This record gives sequence, C-alpha cells and structure tokens, in this order.
Amino acid sequence: MIVERFSEGDTFLHTLDPRVKICIVVPYVGVVALSDTLLVAGIVLLIALFLVGCARLRFLPVAKSLKVLLLFLILLWIFLPLSISGGELYSIGPLKLSSEGMLRALSITLRSTAVVLLIVSLLSTSSVFSLVHAMSHLHMPEKLLWLSFLSYRYIYVLHVEYLKLREAMRIRGFKPGNNLHTYKTFGYLIGMLLIRSYERSERIYDAMLCRGFHGRFYLLDHFRISKRDLVFLIIMSVILMGVVWLQWIAKTV
Amino acid sequence: MHISDGILSARVLAAGTVVAAGCTTVGLKKLDMEKMPRVAVLTAAFFVVSLIHIPFGPSSVHLLLNGLMGLLLGWTCFPAILIGLLLQALLFQFGGLTVLGVTTVNIGIPALIVYLIFKRFIKNDGKSVPVICAALAGIFAVLLSSFFIAFSLVFSGKEFISIAKLIVAAHLPVMAVEGVVNAFVIVLLKKVKPEVLEVPYVISQKA
Repeated sequence: MIVERFSEGDTFLHTLDPRVKICIVVPYVGVVALSDTLLVAGIVLLIALFLVGCARLRFLPVAKSLKVLLLFLILLWIFLPLSISGGELYSIGPLKLSSEGMLRALSITLRSTAVVLLIVSLLSTSSVFSLVHAMSHLHMPEKLLWLSFLSYRYIYVLHVEYLKLREAMRIRGFKPGNNLHTYKTFGYLIGMLLIRSYERSERIYDAMLCRGFHGRFYLLDHFRISKRDLVFLIIMSVILMGVVWLQWIAKTV
Repeated sequence: MHISDGILSARVLAAGTVVAAGCTTVGLKKLDMEKMPRVAVLTAAFFVVSLIHIPFGPSSVHLLLNGLMGLLLGWTCFPAILIGLLLQALLFQFGGLTVLGVTTVNIGIPALIVYLIFKRFIKNDGKSVPVICAALAGIFAVLLSSFFIAFSLVFSGKEFISIAKLIVAAHLPVMAVEGVVNAFVIVLLKKVKPEVLEVPYVISQKA
C-alpha cells in the first residue's frame, strides 16, 4: 500500500505548523543544493540528522527512504573519481583515481542525503493534506492546489482498484515473464485503470455538482501559529543565516 | 531516473524551474474547473501505474509513461507531472525538491512534443496507424526524456558525461517496453472507451 510512513507521531515536529515547516525547508534545501563547501554540507547534514532524531523516526524506514538515492550515489562514486582530473591518488593502468573527484562525490553525497533527511523530518512528518492546505495559505496557484488535493485523494482509491485487477489476473493464472503476452496484459491493465479512472472522474464531478459545486473550493479550518512555531522558525532561520555566512567566508578566504 | 538534489548547477536548476513554471501556468490556464476532476483522477492513475514493475530480461523496469500522459492530457500534463513528482518526493523520497522544475521539464516537454506530433494520428480511424504511432509516441517520449536528463547533467559539469551516457543506455530497455505497452493501451482505449482519448482536444478548445 501507499502510506505516509512518517506522518504519525506526536513529537513537536509532527505538531509543528505545516506553513512553518515549508518556510523552513525551502530555503534550507536551496542553500544545501547550491553550496559547494564540505563544511556547510556537513553542518546541514548534522542538522537534518538531529531533526530526524527529534521526530523519533524509526531507523529502518528512514534508511529505506535513502535507498533510491544510494543507487545514484554509487554511480557517482564509481564515475566521478575517474572523470575529474587533479590530485591523483592511485593509477591502475590507464585509470586514474583523483582526490578532486572523490571530494566532489563526497560533497554530493552529503548534500543529497541532507536534503532527503530534511524532507523526511520536516515535510513527511505532516500529512500530505495538511501540506497542501498549508501551501494554499502560502498563495500557491489555486488550480494547482485543488488538482493536487483531488489527485492525492484518489491515489489510494485507484491503487486499491489496481490491486483488484492484479488479483483478478493472478486468479486467472497470470505469471509475468518476458513475452508479448505479458506486455499485452500490462497494456490492457493500464488501459483498464485509465478507463476506470475516467469513469470515476465523471461520477465525482456529478457528485460535486449535486452538492452545489460552482467552481470554487472553500477552506473550512485554518492554522494558528503558536509560540512554539515562532520560536522554532526563529532558531532555524538564525542557524540558516549562520550557514550562509560560513559558506560566504569559505568562498572569500 | 530521478536526479537527486545537490548535483545540478544553479544555472540548470534555475532554467528548469523557470521553464517548468511557465509550462505549468499554461497547462493550468487550459484547465477549466469542469475538467479538474478528470485531470486529477488521471494524474492519480498515472501515479499508480508508474509504480508497476514490468519484467524485462532478468530484471524489471518502471514505466515512465510520459508519452501516454502527453496523448491523454495535452498541455495539462505539466501540472500532472509536477504533482506526481512532488508526491513521489514526499511519500517515497524519490528525487528531490530543487530538481522538481528540471525533472518536470525533462519529462513534460517530451510529453508535449509527442502530443503535438502524434495526436492526430492516434485519432486516425485506420487499423494500424494509431497502433504504430502509439508505440512510436512511447519510444520517442522516453528517448527524448533520457536525452533531456543527460543534457541537464552535462550542462551542470563536463565530469558527468560518462554518467549521462550510462543513463541514456539505461533508458533503452524502458523505451522498448514502453513502446509495446503503449500500443496495447491505445488499442484497448480505442476499442473500449475512445472518449478517453478526446480529453486534450476538449480542453484546448475550451481555453
């Protein structure tokens, strides 16, 4: 099933105002992605690790969330030391391992891990619905918000529909393999899923019309910023300014 | 293939974000509230489909499906792709946040190109023309996407050339599977519910 693995919990990170979270994550992620000093990357990674600790997330799911990134990083560690020249460490025949390349790979590793951990600890600890709700308060385009709201709502429904179709295939003895029959079956499966979602969307729209929909969505509840939210926002902003300052110093020295 | 954060240069990230924002705005303009549920549910469907493993050789591939998205959604594929990527980042930690714009462009522009080239052939009443074009649309969209991804890496630094080549090579099996599966999807849609293929036309006429 598709689940929000990290959104359940009652630590202060889970109860933090989602608007505050978004306002913190965006500049942090921007700074890490663009910084080019190892020191800055390391510090932000430590902050991210600290936040993951604060949210009391279990180790295994967090490690799993780094899995996809890991594959990419392995590629980088293989190729970058070979393709960047400067400061040769070893040379095996024509292959030269450069320390420059190693440093580059290390910097990318630290930074991309930091970003994933920031997303896990700050964004994934809120439900997607509350994040979308928060974005509506941050003046995102209205249509985009309602589109994400509705599609997120129906991902679960369609996933269940998909599982049903897969079950039906299994009952009929379908075994995926490397043959045209498999590809045909998957093509028809996808087609069926699209047709069902098309038909469902018509029913949804009719239901919306029945309930008096006339082109507007309304928000019923609103967030209230607490003292704790403000304190957290201020602390994190001060740290971020320190990090930017460090980056600036490292550049000029 | 998702590029993670911290790899691309500021220039590439900025360019991707600007283009993605522009295309998404156009896509949203072309989307009226009446079509909102349809596009939303199709977005959800594509999200679910992108999780399916399809066997290929000893391993399996994930479909990109941007060709099909282009054919079904037209310009509105941009907000759909953006939302799909954002949800993947939030739920599964695929990709990242700063690269959202770049990845939206890498997947969305090929989808749009495929839509502009192939839409009239898919509507064709003949027997083989729509099927062949559906396969071509699938292959072409993935091919273009892999080139886009490779270029965004190479523009960020010359040292990524070998990885960029590898990524294009890794997309070849996806391309083959996607072409075949795409053809069968279109066969089914044309047989069972041709209205589904009308979606982009309705939207672009209304705008």
